Amino acid sequence: MTAISLSSPRAIAWPAILKEAAMTAFVALLLTIPLVGLRTVDRPTGLGLETRWDEVAAAVGLVFLGRLGLCLIREGHAAIVLVLAAAAAAAGFFIAMPTEALRIILIAGGAVIAIRAILAIRTGRSKLSQAERDKRMDHIAAQVQHASRWLGPIAIVLALAFPFTPLADRQLLDIGILLLTYVMLGWGLNIVVGLAGLLDLGYVAFYAVGAYSYALLAHYFGFSFWLCLPLAGLLAALSGVLLGFPVLRLRGDYFAIVTLGFGEIIRIILINWYQFTGGPNGISGIPRPSFFGIADFTRTPADGTMAFHELFGLEFSPLHRIIFLYYLILVLALIVNLFTMRIRKLPLGRAWEALREDDIACASLGINRTNMKLAAFAIAAMFGGFAGSFFATRQGFISPESFTFIESAIILAIVVLGGMGSQIGVVVAALLVIGLPEAFRELADYRMLAFGMGMVLIMLWRPRGLLAHRDPTILLHGKGGSGGPAAGTAAAGGQGIAGGSAK
Amino acid sequence: MEYFLQQLINGLSLGAIYGLIAIGYTMVYGIIGMINFAHGEIYMIGAFVALITFLTLGSLGITWVPLALLVMLVSAMLFTAVYGWTVERIAYRPLRSSPRLAPLISAIGMSIFLQNYVQILQGARSKPLQPILPGNLTLMDGAVSVSYVRLATIVITIALMYGFTQLITRTSLGRAQRACEQDKKMAGLLGVNVDRVISLTFVMGAALAAVAGMMVLLIYGVIDFYIGFLAGVKAFTAAVLGGIGSLPGAMLGGVVIGLIEAFWSGYMGSEWKDVATFTILVLVLIFRPTGLLGRPEIEKV
Repeated sequence: MTAISLSSPRAIAWPAILKEAAMTAFVALLLTIPLVGLRTVDRPTGLGLETRWDEVAAAVGLVFLGRLGLCLIREGHAAIVLVLAAAAAAAGFFIAMPTEALRIILIAGGAVIAIRAILAIRTGRSKLSQAERDKRMDHIAAQVQHASRWLGPIAIVLALAFPFTPLADRQLLDIGILLLTYVMLGWGLNIVVGLAGLLDLGYVAFYAVGAYSYALLAHYFGFSFWLCLPLAGLLAALSGVLLGFPVLRLRGDYFAIVTLGFGEIIRIILINWYQFTGGPNGISGIPRPSFFGIADFTRTPADGTMAFHELFGLEFSPLHRIIFLYYLILVLALIVNLFTMRIRKLPLGRAWEALREDDIACASLGINRTNMKLAAFAIAAMFGGFAGSFFATRQGFISPESFTFIESAIILAIVVLGGMGSQIGVVVAALLVIGLPEAFRELADYRMLAFGMGMVLIMLWRPRGLLAHRDPTILLHGKGGSGGPAAGTAAAGGQGIAGGSAK
Repeated sequence: MEYFLQQLINGLSLGAIYGLIAIGYTMVYGIIGMINFAHGEIYMIGAFVALITFLTLGSLGITWVPLALLVMLVSAMLFTAVYGWTVERIAYRPLRSSPRLAPLISAIGMSIFLQNYVQILQGARSKPLQPILPGNLTLMDGAVSVSYVRLATIVITIALMYGFTQLITRTSLGRAQRACEQDKKMAGLLGVNVDRVISLTFVMGAALAAVAGMMVLLIYGVIDFYIGFLAGVKAFTAAVLGGIGSLPGAMLGGVVIGLIEAFWSGYMGSEWKDVATFTILVLVLIFRPTGLLGRPEIEKV
């Protein structure tokens, strides 16, 4: 509250502000006339039109007011705007509106403007330059990464204890499994995007290869999940090498588009090769995992096998399998994390990070670029394959529908929103990207709308990702002037020596 | 032979559509070096605006086909251009100096947003439209029939390309745009309003994509909110194939992709046509990484 009293509010230049707001409102008018104002509806005689001019007027009015609010914040009148925006959001929340869409615009728009006003009041943010703001956020990220040394283990313990808390019902466990699957995929993709700096838009292809490997091996040969898990990883890694070999010499965006194409090719093959893959109908009846081949999770096991509850002398509960799946994906995800943290300290991981920073310098230092990238690609593909076969066994049913581009986009968004190369960032971003839409399931149709807008807003707010903070894993003159190798060993895994570097 | 000619015409008109979308990708890539992932959605919006305009005209009682088509064209280009401008203003301009991945993620978010926006507003069901321009031109004693719509597509595309080339090569706007493409900072120092030029690039790209959307509506007579994705990917493929950053390359790439698709579906069945497209893209990139008409990038160390 001190900032607002310090910044002497200038006299408001009403004409300029009104003109700006009017221009914005005019653009909003042009935007909303065709798509919002005129709706196509199916009539028995063919397509018809419906007019919704009230919604156009409301949208234009709200945009006008919103722009006005932003201008006033810029001019140093954040407090008034905060009150008004909060009132608008509250009105949208409590008072019935003619349409649902309007209500959501009102709540979301009011909330965003209110948040901006709060930020402006608290930090005098509007006065800070972009660079200063970046620095400040970077500092926070560095602190979080530093804290992740003890936050990480705590989070793991909490995750381990979660199924035994009274909170854990079927629905929450399912969400937990989903979340952990995406965390694992995010960590897997992080190897390619975050460490090696290759933009992979088709990661879902390897996920699909893993899922179909298990489903088909189980379908045609009756292999068990525990045999298929490594096989699926192997097959996914192989497909990674097969794809990677020709395309890894491509640069940047060409590489991105080829991986995107590859993801689509895999999906089209899955759809069209219906004799083998079941086509668009997918494969159902995929066997559930057993308890390490020892016991089943059924109530009445087949002859010669044991049931899990009999083995441990427990009451039968369908939750047992869910809890087992939860631990399975937790362990798988942690393996990926551990692998990444360790490999960053090996020559291979060092080479990846060097490649990410400067391709040409690496080549001139004698690093075999293609082999290094291929290794990153294959390893990430392998983890994708593991996640895929887990997905298949959890769902019991897979179809090409599950492996569309949007999945790749979501996984990439998790990596980039979290801050590239940041392990804890992936967890935070997965919570945001997967957890929030799950929590707001009742919004139904508007969920993906908000999801897309949220992606844009987070990127605008933090272009380098939420927890982007990159200290070199190894420094020449590291902590307290000790040499490079010592600093390297002092580096605690994925966190590098965050905060320890002498500034 | 007749079958071959038939597929050739189909491929050319399809290629013209891909080419029109690809120009938007290639211009944006040339000037700010980002993949405008939402461009496919802009094309989809163009198709919807054209459809809505046609229905509005129908309800106003204007049914004279040439006038209707002209109004559709202008309205689709105008309104879609505003969408292109807004997307750039909201999602890309604040990220101009950010790391390379930030605008890409923002673009993917915008693409998801626009898709769902149209789905919520206009409904998820596909929108059928009775043919506006029926009739065929028969050649070679009726062996080859070219529908007027496909012919119109090719003619309009050629006309637009001519006008567009004039715009880029002859006007001061085109000069400013080419200057920004080479060196934004220098162009800014010499008095070019870089922000405005970039905005106009998006506006032009969106207007051309809107024409493509309208053509698809006329040729296939059915659109839905999801058409933008695949068309967008293929158009980007076309832009890469032709050499990204090169305008004639984008058109050439579009035509090549269109021809491959038409011939592949004509002779091998339509299931695998997308695989063929992407496979050829991969092959071209392996043997000619800069695309067909692209200039090799000079690496400075």
